[in-house]
Amino acid sequence: MATAHSRTAARLMLSPAVILLLLWMIVPLGMTLYFSFLRYNLLMPGMETFVGFENYYYFINQPAFWSALSNTLILVLGVLCITVVGGILLALLLDQPFWGQGIVRVLVIAPFFVMPTVSALVWKNMFMNPVNGIFAHIAKSLGLQPFDFLSHAPLASIILIVAWQWLPFATLILLTALQSLDREQQEAAEMDGAGWMQRFVYLTVPHLTRSITVVILIQTIFLLSVFAEILVTTNGGPGTASTNLTYLVYAQSLLNYDVGGGSAGGIIAVILANIVAIFLMRMIGKNLEA
Amino acid sequence: MARKASNTRKAVVTIAAWSIGFLIFFPILWIIILGFKSEGDAIKTPLQVLFSDWTLQSYHDVQARSNYGRHFWNSVILSVGSTVIALAIAIPAAWSMAFVPGRRTKDLLMWMLSTKMMPAVGVLVPMYLLFRDFGLLDSRIGLVGVLTLINLPIVVWMLYTYFKEIPGEILEAARMDGASLKSEILYVLTPMAVPGIASTMLLNIILAWNEAFWTLQLTTSQAAPLTQFIASYSSPEGLFYAKLSAASTMAIAPILILGWFSQKQLVRGLTFGAVK
Repeated sequence: MATAHSRTAARLMLSPAVILLLLWMIVPLGMTLYFSFLRYNLLMPGMETFVGFENYYYFINQPAFWSALSNTLILVLGVLCITVVGGILLALLLDQPFWGQGIVRVLVIAPFFVMPTVSALVWKNMFMNPVNGIFAHIAKSLGLQPFDFLSHAPLASIILIVAWQWLPFATLILLTALQSLDREQQEAAEMDGAGWMQRFVYLTVPHLTRSITVVILIQTIFLLSVFAEILVTTNGGPGTASTNLTYLVYAQSLLNYDVGGGSAGGIIAVILANIVAIFLMRMIGKNLEA
Repeated sequence: MARKASNTRKAVVTIAAWSIGFLIFFPILWIIILGFKSEGDAIKTPLQVLFSDWTLQSYHDVQARSNYGRHFWNSVILSVGSTVIALAIAIPAAWSMAFVPGRRTKDLLMWMLSTKMMPAVGVLVPMYLLFRDFGLLDSRIGLVGVLTLINLPIVVWMLYTYFKEIPGEILEAARMDGASLKSEILYVLTPMAVPGIASTMLLNIILAWNEAFWTLQLTTSQAAPLTQFIASYSSPEGLFYAKLSAASTMAIAPILILGWFSQKQLVRGLTFGAVK
């Protein structure tokens, strides 16, 4: 009797969250899907006609799509490489005993809390600016020609900025994982004559594998939709050199008013993200049982 | 002998760690410094900048010219408002999933998580049109709603992992002693749940404060938070390094301080409990 009562109460407490998320998922996504099959331009209201897969055809066949797709992948992979490798090294370093551990930890984590528009503008102006940026000052003092990062290597520059923001995240998670490493097991291995390298390969790496996977998957979800950093630094340019899929959809729908085409692009972005999401969900689902 | 060796090692690690920490923190340190310089000095070489005079001029300029206060309050209202609403919806949900789990609780949790995987750009167009048609563009109410919804899954998840750690035996004991559902929640669960709720709140304020997709798309001036305010510096006129630095320092300082308090929760919240 009591359980039946509490079950009903539990359902009632659960329903607002479920209903809201259900609406949030179905209504806008359903609308995007619907728009993606229409010829729909905001400059020509009332002219909407059903065009089937035409929007998808044109979205995929524009040259900008393929460069946006490859830019998206390069951006994700580039940032992942830097943050995962850098994060492992940094976590191993910070896990050693040294003076002022707490302070260094705080310094290293800080970039994660800086809002994307601030970090992008600071890097763009104070560091990468070819006239007044710090990199330009350093180049000049060494007698070199200053390099205009954002016009000659726009994508690499954005990768650097985004990597700076995400390195703390990777480091923090890997450091947390390292600190849960079984010290006794380490000591036992050392007593049995295992060298530093052997202990690293056979004890540390297997222990870190899961956390590394989590870092990769979560970062991928966020990195697929990098937007503010591109908007305030390069506006996707020069040309489409630093346009990713998110930025392309934004440009097509809100700058060119092509709602149909933008929606088709949105659906493609959702499909891409879902492929990653399936892996991430499996990982976390497994953890839920453990 | 061994002691000396380990001290040398410790010194080497200390130097390496501090250098790297300094390097990573340097961009933030640099904007803090530039904010206290005059525009003319701010574009000089780094050494000249360091030895030039300190001034509060840029802080005055930013306050006077760009209505910094309004954007700051918008950020506060958006981040705190969306977090409080999300908590009000999520606490009962997480409570019932943690203490009265059903057969489908796990599926439900995974489904909630999956809504977080949807890239924002996938629903940009309909959201923009809905906001336009309901007159919500550049309104705080609309944006609080969106921020609540995008962070709701994380809030539910974090609370769930915290509530899950409250031992069920305590509830049984309370029930045996004749506690009603109401007093169970009020006197047994709440005190144990408060730390978890507090960390969830902290992390979500940070995430909402820094959210820079919807805040940039759906606001222009009236409801614009600090993300949008800073973005308006992307096409500057004249000398602006010192002013940009002063504005940036003010935009990130509150969250930097909150963030340092919530390092541990950050790991747990952002990995959905997969790494603790």
